[in-house]
Amino acid sequence: MASISFRNVSIEFPIFNATGRSLTSSILNVATGGKLDADPSGRVLVNALTGINFSIQEGERVAILGHNGAGKSTMLRALGRVFSPTKGTAEVVGKIVSLIDISLGINPEATGRENVSIRGRLLGLTKQEIVDKYQEIVEFAELGDFMEMPVRTYSTGMHLRLAFAVSTVVRPEILLMDEWLSVGDADFQHKAEARLRELVSETKILVIATHSRELVESVCTRAIWLEHGHIKMDGPASEVSKAYFG
Amino acid sequence: MRNALSLGTMLGWQDLKQAYRRSVLGPFWLSLGMAVQIVAMGLVFGLIFKTELTEYLPFLATSIIFWGLISTSIIEGCMSFVSSEAMIRQLNSDHFQYVVRTVWRNVVSAAHNLVILPIVLLFFWKFPGWTLIGLVPGLAILVLNITWVVWLLGMVSARFRDMAPIVLSVMTIAFYVTPVMWYPKLFENNSLAHFLLGLNPFYHWLQIVRLPILGQWPTFENWALALLSAGLGWTITLMVHKKYRNMIAYWV
Repeated sequence: MASISFRNVSIEFPIFNATGRSLTSSILNVATGGKLDADPSGRVLVNALTGINFSIQEGERVAILGHNGAGKSTMLRALGRVFSPTKGTAEVVGKIVSLIDISLGINPEATGRENVSIRGRLLGLTKQEIVDKYQEIVEFAELGDFMEMPVRTYSTGMHLRLAFAVSTVVRPEILLMDEWLSVGDADFQHKAEARLRELVSETKILVIATHSRELVESVCTRAIWLEHGHIKMDGPASEVSKAYFG
Repeated sequence: MRNALSLGTMLGWQDLKQAYRRSVLGPFWLSLGMAVQIVAMGLVFGLIFKTELTEYLPFLATSIIFWGLISTSIIEGCMSFVSSEAMIRQLNSDHFQYVVRTVWRNVVSAAHNLVILPIVLLFFWKFPGWTLIGLVPGLAILVLNITWVVWLLGMVSARFRDMAPIVLSVMTIAFYVTPVMWYPKLFENNSLAHFLLGLNPFYHWLQIVRLPILGQWPTFENWALALLSAGLGWTITLMVHKKYRNMIAYWV
């Protein structure tokens, strides 16, 4: 059973400026009794999310809407259990895969084949699963003999096709995305679209941060509108999208 | 835990492979540099200390190789988390895997340097004998110690960016105050110096791997203090990890 439940979640980022981050100045502060610094704690906090409450059940496809800086990325990272809330509790049950950056871990000096295995392992696949899916990945990425070449010799399109092909063989319970993935030329885009829809239809929960009205209305069942780290509106995709996009 | 070990070694191997790519000797370039360093230092300090080269060079070679492992691991350890920022900020990963990555990369690269040793030993026709068995527990305890230092420094440096240059200077000083290029027996007649040396954990870490190769058994004191530092170090590291593990993603 996959489920997500956020209760009163706040996330505050400590911002360390040049002085705050250095050990020497923290020793100096102790030595001078903190009088050197006007701010006694010497810390600046950024409230990225404040008092967030929601729960997501299996079968829901949730869009996270909001302007830049509204807290969408922080929300995705909190959902991916990268950031644990500084206040409140976040409960995320189920196998999560985050496709925020599909190229994460890809090493340009390594061959396509090696990169399939690095990227695959980072996505949580076992060695055996990677061996089993290897042919499928190569065929999908249409890279053929290039798989034995270093990725730095690839064109940008080839690089993305490889990253996309590996990243979409996973079958998580909870899928996190930052915008809909779209790679390659017209033909490939078609194929990629179909594959991504298949992946989404097989995952139990999708959470996607987006700016696209079409995506919200065609893929999502629900939308959460964030503004300055607060939830401004949470409801069926069509309603929130109408309110947000006008 | 098992996952962290397997992912960490995989990432560590990738780092090493990087050194091999488009290079004839790969990591052996470092070994070659170390070999030249050993010969040069051996000749200079052998003359200054007026010691037999047949004694001194094998001693120096073992010392430099293991000191290299200790010091580069610790210096690179500071960057364990900072350099894996992209992964830490996107994957819900066990942070221990980045520690394994650093340690594994350094252990394998030190294994490359180990080829210098048989050459030196053969050249001077010195053979370790049975004491070589002691190298197995010695290495295990050394790696255990290196691992906690890397982990602890990785966490501290994620928060305090000044840590890396501080550690770098400390390791430079440690090289001189630890008997790496001079014999610990030089201190035998000075009880205070001998006592202070006993407090230096690096000394014991070196002894438990160096002496077995040189045909001697490390003392009970060496084993005990090396184990004690491992126990204490792991306890502190795990406590810090428990308290601050959630903060690492915010800090890097």
